Amino acid sequence: MIDTLIHILLLLIMPPLLLGVINRVKAVFAGRCGPPLLQPYFELWRLLRKGSVFSSSTSWVFRAGPLVSLAATLTAALMIPFGGHGSPISFAGDLLLFAYLFALARFFTTVAALDTGSSFEGMGAAREVTFGCLAEPVLFIVLVALARESGFLSLTGALTYASGGMWPSGAAPLMLMAVALFILFLVENCRIPFDDPTTHLELTMIHEVMVLDHSGPAFGAILYAASLKLFVLGALVLHVALPFGAMQGWLGWISFIASMVLLAILTGVVESVMARLKLLKIPQVLLMALSLAAFALLLTVR
Amino acid sequence: MTLTGSLSFDASNVVVASALLLLLAGVPGLLCTTAAAGQRLAAALSVLAALVGIPAALVAAFSPPGSWLLFWGLPFGPARLVLDPLSCLFLLPVFLIAACGALYVVRYRPARTGYDRFLTVLYALMPGSMAFILLARDGLFFLAAWEGMALSAAFLMLADHEEAAVREAGILYLLATHTGTLLLVALFGVLYVVTGSFAFPATGALSAAAPMASLIFVLSLIGFGAKAGLMPLHVWLPSAHANAPSHVSALMSGVVLKMGMYGIFRTVTLFENIPLWWGVLVLALGTISAVGGVAFALGQHDLKRLLAYHSIENIGIIAMGLGIGMVGLSTGNSVIALMGLAGGLLHVLNHATFKALLFLGAGAVIHATGSREMDRAGGLLRVMPRTAAFFMVGAAAICGLPPLNGFVSELLVYLGLFRQAMGGSGVAAVLAVVAIPALALVGGLAVACFVKVVGVVFLGAPRQPLQQDAHEPGWQMLLPMGLLALLCVLIGLLPLAVAPLLEVAVGWHPLVQETHGTLATSAPLGWLSLMAVILLGLLALLTLVYRFMLRRAPCGTSETWGCGYLAPTPRMQYTASSFAASLVSLLAPVLRPHGHRPDISGLAPKPSSFASHVPEVVLDLVLLPLLRWSEERSSVLRRLQHGQLHLYMLYIFVVLLVLLLWAL
Repeated sequence: MIDTLIHILLLLIMPPLLLGVINRVKAVFAGRCGPPLLQPYFELWRLLRKGSVFSSSTSWVFRAGPLVSLAATLTAALMIPFGGHGSPISFAGDLLLFAYLFALARFFTTVAALDTGSSFEGMGAAREVTFGCLAEPVLFIVLVALARESGFLSLTGALTYASGGMWPSGAAPLMLMAVALFILFLVENCRIPFDDPTTHLELTMIHEVMVLDHSGPAFGAILYAASLKLFVLGALVLHVALPFGAMQGWLGWISFIASMVLLAILTGVVESVMARLKLLKIPQVLLMALSLAAFALLLTVR
Repeated sequence: MTLTGSLSFDASNVVVASALLLLLAGVPGLLCTTAAAGQRLAAALSVLAALVGIPAALVAAFSPPGSWLLFWGLPFGPARLVLDPLSCLFLLPVFLIAACGALYVVRYRPARTGYDRFLTVLYALMPGSMAFILLARDGLFFLAAWEGMALSAAFLMLADHEEAAVREAGILYLLATHTGTLLLVALFGVLYVVTGSFAFPATGALSAAAPMASLIFVLSLIGFGAKAGLMPLHVWLPSAHANAPSHVSALMSGVVLKMGMYGIFRTVTLFENIPLWWGVLVLALGTISAVGGVAFALGQHDLKRLLAYHSIENIGIIAMGLGIGMVGLSTGNSVIALMGLAGGLLHVLNHATFKALLFLGAGAVIHATGSREMDRAGGLLRVMPRTAAFFMVGAAAICGLPPLNGFVSELLVYLGLFRQAMGGSGVAAVLAVVAIPALALVGGLAVACFVKVVGVVFLGAPRQPLQQDAHEPGWQMLLPMGLLALLCVLIGLLPLAVAPLLEVAVGWHPLVQETHGTLATSAPLGWLSLMAVILLGLLALLTLVYRFMLRRAPCGTSETWGCGYLAPTPRMQYTASSFAASLVSLLAPVLRPHGHRPDISGLAPKPSSFASHVPEVVLDLVLLPLLRWSEERSSVLRRLQHGQLHLYMLYIFVVLLVLLLWAL
């Protein structure tokens, strides 16, 4: 019961901190002081109190988009384990629901973007679905490999096994999967080198261009859902990359929070030392992630 | 002509009576003074048949099978009819979509002429024949009902035969369906050789070790697969479904294709044991169809052609379920068998509901824009908000998004594949491992495709002026769409409600019978309901909070931000082609898109135009060249076909004479 409460509190409170950490790391690399670590919380608070401006060409779909994608991400967050602790909701087959909830969020985000009738937002939506198509098989190959190794069809079962019992026997596939998932993590969260979360009017970006017309509380919901997605997919990466299995109780929670911050720092470092890829290169990198995951699967099938 | 069998008043007799009522629903209308009145009468009778037939079929599925013998005085013995749970399950979409379509057409295409009277009769004859396909248990009666369906569908899709494209599609359809029928004739011939009767063998009566077993299976796979539209036998499907009137497309795509899948399911039930390679073959064909169908759909800008390619995708998903289920049967894994078969069958129901919904929605779009081209539409949500909402439910359901029905059936297929990939070994496990990311890719591409459809057709601003009286269609069109959308939501929210039906429908195999009743325990159907409640609860909560915030702070309305550009026009919006362009170019080696690029040169280039097109690759690049080649090579034989009827009769006489001599 306590663990469930901590899980829900963590997923509600911690995600925006990751954005703050990433921005701080990028500021340090650029030689600036940077905004305070809690700046994303202030921004969310500010957005929630602001008024909204709606485009005259939009309909209820535009308003529903951010809400549906936030609800879907929150539901998915209930099914992923944090650290050595199981998730509040876990059943055989929940990994499929997990993946498809993100598809639901994508559907509504892109449809809301098209509702504005803006060619910029259409561009972003087209890119989002294109890269989503390539990213989804990567996630599923990793899930098959984990399910095959662990014998579990639930995220908690498969991920707990990956971060525990699988290390002695399956370090090689785990490493390959961790790299593939990290690439997926960067793509799905629209980080450099795939997308630039800081620019708002560049033509080569994906996520930010889709949400150009959102304002006020809806934009706050989008910002929050984006940080939550970062958090949830980050938990997925961490479970494959780190052996949480050995850590129980409070140690498990503390190590999870610490490694999540480390992941944010790593993301910040990647964002600082790399330039954004050319748009046409992104599918190639995704195919690389796909083949890494496929190699991992091959190692488990052999 | 006499009928024997269980003739008391029970559910199975009521089902047969409603099938008969459906078959002849259009006939009384011929006596009406106007064609429109006849059409309304036909709609009322079709709805009545559905209102009686659907509950009766649901009851009959849980009763002992009813069987009848019809002595109809033809050679080869009496016609056999049996109503078992598998038939009951397939009967549900037949009744449902027939009634929805018959009601829809009253507003969509009001009958005016004598020709329309003919079409009204056929529109009831086609689903009626399908009901008898599902009841038939002997080759001859089956083929008669099969041809009744195929030919009435041909006439219905030729309704607008003044257009050359429609005639071309009709001829292609006729060629394909009769090639398939030819194989079915061969199939029943082989069955006759094996069993000595045209009656279908009893369930599980054939042994897969028998010499002709694989021939029987492959013949049925090709013959029925051509009707179902499995790739690469799908060549006729896109143009047929695109060129038929929308209510006919809904019936063809929602139900007629399922008759092909029914044939394959039925053939599988005849065998007591299934060789592994049959299941592997069906799984591989299903995977190819699913990925290929959705990939080609992505490149289309004709709304109905796009939906037609999605039918190929969904038939592929059904075949994947059947294939992995067959693998489970042959390896003796009852859970995999149950997941795969039940997932495939549930997808039969689901695809019938959401695809019929989407085609009916497409009909409303065509009324409003006067065109099937998506790039001429835009902003239709403002004109027809209810149609748009229903269409969006269908679009989300066909993408397999939770909490709608498409997700439930895809989940069952996924679970079958996952269990095979986890526990199995050998070629079936490898194929399952490949099929899972393939199905994920299908899901991703389907999302891309339907975001494109919904976004381009219903959202944004109109790209071209709409028809003058574009408005929300009448209740006769809205009610069927609303009902189908409601079903999509209900099956998604309460999947446990359909589980018993699926269990009895796959219960023919002793292996599955052993695990009877475990669909609820081996698939997380109850959890899905819970998660759907959580998702919808969160959404409701967020909506309430959002409304509260909107009321508290000032709200304004403005133009869409043009990023500094001051004169944006609706024509600058992303179109269906530009939205899919990057994915189409990634898939170019398969899709072979070709564009007519404008020639722009000089300082003041002339006005020019650009067009792009994704062809039907199998038809245009493989089949037609092959046919052309064979036509050239076999032109000698053409002399036999000269159009002189008396000489044709002479041929028949000579053949009969030769056969007689041979028999002596």
